[in-house]
Amino acid sequence: MESVVFIFSLIDCCALIFLSVYFVSFSSGAGGRPGRIITLSDLECDYINARSCCSKLNKWVVPEVIGHAVVTVLMLISLHWFIFLLNLPVATWNIYRYIMVPSGNMGVFDPTEIHNRGQLKSHMKEAMIKLGFHLLCFFMYLYSMILALIND
Amino acid sequence: MLRRPRHLQASALAVTSDLLDSFIKFDQEDRGPVQSGMQFPPGYGSHPPNYSTPSGHYSQVPNKAAASHLDNQYRGSYYTTYYSAPAQNVMTPSVGTNVLNTQESQQLYKTPPHTVGSAEGPVQGAISSASYLHTSAQQSYSAFGNHYSTSVSSSVASQGFPLNSDHYTMPVVSSAVYPNVSYPAAAGSVYGQAFTSQSLPAVGQFKETNTFSSQSISVPHSLQQHVPVGYNSTLSTISSAQPVQDNLSRSLTASVAKGNNEINTGGIDSSQPVHSVSQSVPFTKPGAGTFASSAVISSVRTPAPSLSTHPRSSPSVTQSPEPALQEGMQYGGYVNNQASSAPAPLSSSSDDEEEDEEDEEAAIDSSSTTSSASPVLNNYDALEGGGYPETRSATSSPVPAPSVPQASKASKPFGYGYPTLQPGYQNAAPPTPVQLSNPGHHPGFQHYPQQYPGVNQLSSSLGGLSLQHSQQPESLRPVNLTQDRNILPVSSVPAPVPNLNSDLRKLNCSPDSFRCTLTNIPQTQALLNKAKLPLGLLLHPFRDLTQLPVITSSTIVRCRSCRTYINPFVSFIDQRRWKCNLCYRVNDVPEEFMYNPLTRSYGEPHKRPEVQNSTVEFIASSDYMLRPPQPAVYLFVLDVSHNAVEAGYLTIVCQSLLENLDKLPGDSRTRIGFITFDSTVQFYNLQEGLSQPQMLIVSDIDDVFLPTPDSLLVNLHESKELIKDLLNALPNMFTNTRETHSALGPALQAAFKLMSPTGGRISVFQTQLPSLGAGLLHSREDPNQRSSTKVVQHLGPATDFYKKLALDCSGQQTAVDLFLLSSQYSDLASLACMSKYSAGCIYYYPSFHHSHNPAQAEKLQKDLKRYLTRKIGFEAVMRIRCTKGLSIHTFHGNFFVRSTDLLSLANVNPDAGFAVQMSIEESLTDTSLVCFQTALLYTSSKGERRIRVHTLCLPVVSSLADVYAGADVQAVVCLLANMAVDRSVSSSLSDARDALVNAVVDSLAAYMSTASNLQQSMLIAPNSLKLFPLYILALLKQKAFRTGTSTRLDDRVYAMCQMKSQPLVHLMKMIHPNLYRIDKLIDESTIHVNDRVVPQPPLQKLSAEKLTREGAFLMDCGSIFYIWIGKNCDNNFIKDVLGYPNYASVPQKMTQLPEVDALSSERTRSFISWLRDSRPLSPVLQVIKDENPAKTDFFQHLIEDRTEATFSYYEFLLNIQQQICK
Repeated sequence: MESVVFIFSLIDCCALIFLSVYFVSFSSGAGGRPGRIITLSDLECDYINARSCCSKLNKWVVPEVIGHAVVTVLMLISLHWFIFLLNLPVATWNIYRYIMVPSGNMGVFDPTEIHNRGQLKSHMKEAMIKLGFHLLCFFMYLYSMILALIND
Repeated sequence: MLRRPRHLQASALAVTSDLLDSFIKFDQEDRGPVQSGMQFPPGYGSHPPNYSTPSGHYSQVPNKAAASHLDNQYRGSYYTTYYSAPAQNVMTPSVGTNVLNTQESQQLYKTPPHTVGSAEGPVQGAISSASYLHTSAQQSYSAFGNHYSTSVSSSVASQGFPLNSDHYTMPVVSSAVYPNVSYPAAAGSVYGQAFTSQSLPAVGQFKETNTFSSQSISVPHSLQQHVPVGYNSTLSTISSAQPVQDNLSRSLTASVAKGNNEINTGGIDSSQPVHSVSQSVPFTKPGAGTFASSAVISSVRTPAPSLSTHPRSSPSVTQSPEPALQEGMQYGGYVNNQASSAPAPLSSSSDDEEEDEEDEEAAIDSSSTTSSASPVLNNYDALEGGGYPETRSATSSPVPAPSVPQASKASKPFGYGYPTLQPGYQNAAPPTPVQLSNPGHHPGFQHYPQQYPGVNQLSSSLGGLSLQHSQQPESLRPVNLTQDRNILPVSSVPAPVPNLNSDLRKLNCSPDSFRCTLTNIPQTQALLNKAKLPLGLLLHPFRDLTQLPVITSSTIVRCRSCRTYINPFVSFIDQRRWKCNLCYRVNDVPEEFMYNPLTRSYGEPHKRPEVQNSTVEFIASSDYMLRPPQPAVYLFVLDVSHNAVEAGYLTIVCQSLLENLDKLPGDSRTRIGFITFDSTVQFYNLQEGLSQPQMLIVSDIDDVFLPTPDSLLVNLHESKELIKDLLNALPNMFTNTRETHSALGPALQAAFKLMSPTGGRISVFQTQLPSLGAGLLHSREDPNQRSSTKVVQHLGPATDFYKKLALDCSGQQTAVDLFLLSSQYSDLASLACMSKYSAGCIYYYPSFHHSHNPAQAEKLQKDLKRYLTRKIGFEAVMRIRCTKGLSIHTFHGNFFVRSTDLLSLANVNPDAGFAVQMSIEESLTDTSLVCFQTALLYTSSKGERRIRVHTLCLPVVSSLADVYAGADVQAVVCLLANMAVDRSVSSSLSDARDALVNAVVDSLAAYMSTASNLQQSMLIAPNSLKLFPLYILALLKQKAFRTGTSTRLDDRVYAMCQMKSQPLVHLMKMIHPNLYRIDKLIDESTIHVNDRVVPQPPLQKLSAEKLTREGAFLMDCGSIFYIWIGKNCDNNFIKDVLGYPNYASVPQKMTQLPEVDALSSERTRSFISWLRDSRPLSPVLQVIKDENPAKTDFFQHLIEDRTEATFSYYEFLLNIQQQICK
């Protein structure tokens, strides 16, 4: 049973990692690779229009929130307190960020504001931190999964 | 039309290129020997052979006076030749190009949608059966359907199919003819003559100029006198040529339109019964009865999405065949005329673009005035030259003369003049009062007459303090704020002049267009942080200019890596290379750039107009176009609900439009359209050929569509009669309407659909909260919270509908301008988004009523006059570049930031201001100068692609004191206002207020900590920042940021919108109005403007203590003038100036001063009109008596006084002091 939980978490975590990478990663190539850090840095380098970039990113905000919330809840249910507490702040931040979008904005990423007040940079930083966090979780789940499989 | 002169000049190209070739040869042959000859030939005029190698000369001429002398001679010769044949210039209107152009672009724009439309036909037909099932009132519906279809067919017929064919052949012929016959003919005849006579004997010509050289400088002047003549004659012939051209282009557009109809009619006929929603109401009987019935009938439409969405393929699709043609034209037009037109900087005044674009001669007028000024300066230099060797070496250093030590250049890589500046600055720095009072004693300081603007405005308070710190420059003189009460300057606050050497300062951009908050840029971010002042730029890039050099050149010289335009602050390494002042890349000087058309000489790239002016405008080639330049397209979207009719704005708008219809900026392609809306959306078919305008009502607001997409936006010139009919009928058409709802959202969607193929300007007039369809809003304001000191909510938009719409519009190069004329809450915070992100502008008229509120009505009238006639730029983008190491991180203004530094401006208008915030990313230690460059690429209303470039150069400093010395308090305050608006929307109003106060506290505390010898108990500010606390207090009392005083939410939001989009000059008047006492205007300190005596009363403090009952005061708030009259005001003043016998008889609502033949009246009026002339918008005047209800408006501007909720200025200072000491 426990192994199933971790296998699921692992898969979910992989998805989240991909998402994070999606958010950051268009940058480092000539806009070839898709990814969050990709898209944001792409924007920084003028490859794509702020509008299309933001609509692309906003599409994936809700899946990310859900994906992360699921893992967190799963950990709570399966009584893995440490991992749950580790995930809780990030999940809370995700939900908070989603809820706190002002009514007039076009989602978490607003094309009219993303270039102002260093928002682009802070979004990028956030995506980087999340990427690191998810990578950490990935290995944690992997270790726990192997441990659980051995115990079984 | 505008291209005409250029085409004429195009003929010169061949000739001049020959000329150029000959120059090249000369240069190459002669360069060696000349360069070796270091000394300046004494008898300049008597050495004709030297002239053939001007490049060699220039590089070595150390004496500037001589150089400019030479300059003048060349210029003189240039003028003569130029003016010798003005008549020829004028005679041949090159109609061909224009015709070709209009035809071409119209076709390009129009055809794709229509082919699509015709394809739609069958689809629509197929759906028709289904849609019939849903109709609720089939009978009337079908009846109506019949009616409609007939009307449509009739309208089509009236446009004349048969005419079509023969008209259509016309353009084909003309376009075929154009390249072969008309163009070369025009070219050969005009310029061939003019130039051959002049250019063939190249050397001989220079001999001629030598004869000039022996004459005095007055030669250019006498030449100048010819200018008006040539100018006028050009104009007149142009006007005579115009009809021909108009006719041609008209027939062309008509034929194109017909082509469209041809394609489309099939589609429309088949689809109309299905749509059945659009309905034509005969215009002659707009009675209530027909209107009501038609509304009933028209209300049915089954949603058939495929019908209503007319997919418009973007014009870019059609591009592929176009570039070739376009390029050919542009090239022919632009490239070659370089020789003749490039030298002629254009004097461009906004309103009559025609004049300046038509006549390059006019430009020479302006350029020659500057040039004629320069000899004076140079002579001055020459006079003083002996004593100041180092200044001279500095000025000549850009010239790659071997005499200039290269080592100094290496140490200061690009600030060529700067090294000498620093010592000069320090020398001049300690001007003690003695020296100031009679500078004649100190001849050394005469060289720097403009260096210290503060010097001129030394207030009477210049006492012991300044003597103690006489080692500091004036701007650093400490001012004890709590003791020194008279800190306001006598007249308006001047912009600080950057501490550059006189050469660079002369070249620098005008502070009206480009201002930096810190005129001394700190070296590092750490230093900037220490100063606690914001670093940013305030821009007014599209300002109306009276003098603007326009450059027509085939190659626009730009840095290869950062794409910076060449500017006065680049350094020429040698003849062939220049170093970019933003990224430091070394670029090649293109061959063409070596030739200076202004002086007709070769090899002096540093004399080109691009390098001599920091504000220039380039005529861009086709490389700068994504599509053919769009025509001017104006769409008016008018609210005609009951509320709007009640307010009565329609009459004013229609009247203003009628008056200004001919003054709308545009060319023969200008198009115009109208949409009205209440609970339905009404379109107006104005197609040429109709006997009267047709109203088409679309009542399906959930899925709005365009009933006849191609006849709603019509050519202004072709359908002028119909448009006039409509404008005359419109105010009375809806007088009896009972419709209270407003479907603004659907109307905007329709407007967007209508505009998206071309782009242009949508002007929306709205009078209430939109209540139907997409984008409907609910009232969010709680009137009881208006004066709350706590949280002010709802400063942000309620929905993203308007934001999305604005971004869509911006993507299609369409700007939305909003006129909100409402009496109750209309949620401006949400509505403003449509203008904010589409680069539009916002006007707000609270409690507008045509008869109850005449002041607002007058204001609307005046605003409209300006709005309709002012210059406009379409499909614009703006990029702000700055020296490597600086980076822009936040933008303020109305636009959409498309990518990191690219601002997308669908429209740009001369009244729009922008602001940016910057940070210092890399240390600037290895440079002494930083530069900022704004490039605004736009399509003029004449369909010409232009680039306006402003470049600002500022010194870098390393000490905190210098940073404070260079602070520009007005710019700082305006930037802070912008930041505070952002803060109050993203965070909260109280946060923003705290931030404003903290900005003063922090910066003054930081300053006081640097000056250790100051007593901590006093509140000391540097002279440059002495007005800072006052301005911040004024900001806190602005409608935008005030708390505790009852402020309507819309008023507050509007004030915020203005702060974000107004240029600095206007914003400062809004923040801190100017108060003058006008009952005793005396002749002292008057200035003379156009033979009028304008008195200059001193600025008064904004405090009630200055208002005496015996006086009369004028307050200049930018958009409104208040005249306050004291109870015991001199009866003579009331009689003479106001035209009433005594105080009691002055009426409550008085908005004009009568023309009374008395000295005081004359003076007052000339003063007021002088104030009015200084701004584009003529403000409304309001006379206020003591018991007038408008009194509060006046008194709320007295910001130094205490109110129930706010500090007085003195209390505010004490508060700041307290916080600093904490």
